[in-house]
Amino acid sequence: MLNQYETVFIVTPVLSEEQMKEAVEKYRNLIREEGEIVVDDHWGLRKLAYPIQHKSTGFYHMFEFKADSSFVDRLETEYRRDERIIRFLTVRMDKYAIEYSEKKRAAKEGKSEAAEGEKTGDEVETETEEKKEE
Amino acid sequence: MAQNQSEIRYLTPPSVEIKKKKYCRFKKNRIKYIDYKDPEFLKKFLNEQGKILPRRITGTSLKYQRKLARAIKRSRHLAMLPYVTDMFK
Repeated sequence: MLNQYETVFIVTPVLSEEQMKEAVEKYRNLIREEGEIVVDDHWGLRKLAYPIQHKSTGFYHMFEFKADSSFVDRLETEYRRDERIIRFLTVRMDKYAIEYSEKKRAAKEGKSEAAEGEKTGDEVETETEEKKEE
Repeated sequence: MAQNQSEIRYLTPPSVEIKKKKYCRFKKNRIKYIDYKDPEFLKKFLNEQGKILPRRITGTSLKYQRKLARAIKRSRHLAMLPYVTDMFK
């Protein structure tokens, strides 16, 4: 069954920039063979909230792709075998997730505040709420 | 009993607060999907120890509380939020 998935993985920070790119490239090709990449997003080196394998940072990379459900198993097996990958997560996207992602992309491309506006309005409300609780 | 109650005197007058009604943030803003990749937003629903705040405090509806919990747990798995911490925020 063809579904849209989203996969995020963390590459170990001990690699050089090139080695890291090579690792990402491997998965990019792997997904391309079986499906179609919708979003390809590199978040760069980020701090981890807690250490994983004694490492406090990692390179995050996110793919959104359309593929058959059987492919996810194979992709995750590849992740497990790969020492460079310290953490991964693959989720199936429901219709709301797809909608959200499309909106986010449109906002990013057009640099418009259409999607962001909703969020900022929400943040203001939260601040007042937190103050009240204190 | 009724007589006794009327005799109670307070040093400071008891503050009668008008409680603002809680509402579900997701329903109000029509947010359908809670993104696990946005830890800054999810932090609003955690306490100082990184625990998920109950519905009775945040006012989130049951439907979105479930979605929220799932998003937070995914975020924790990806080390974007801590599992356990202290003096968070």
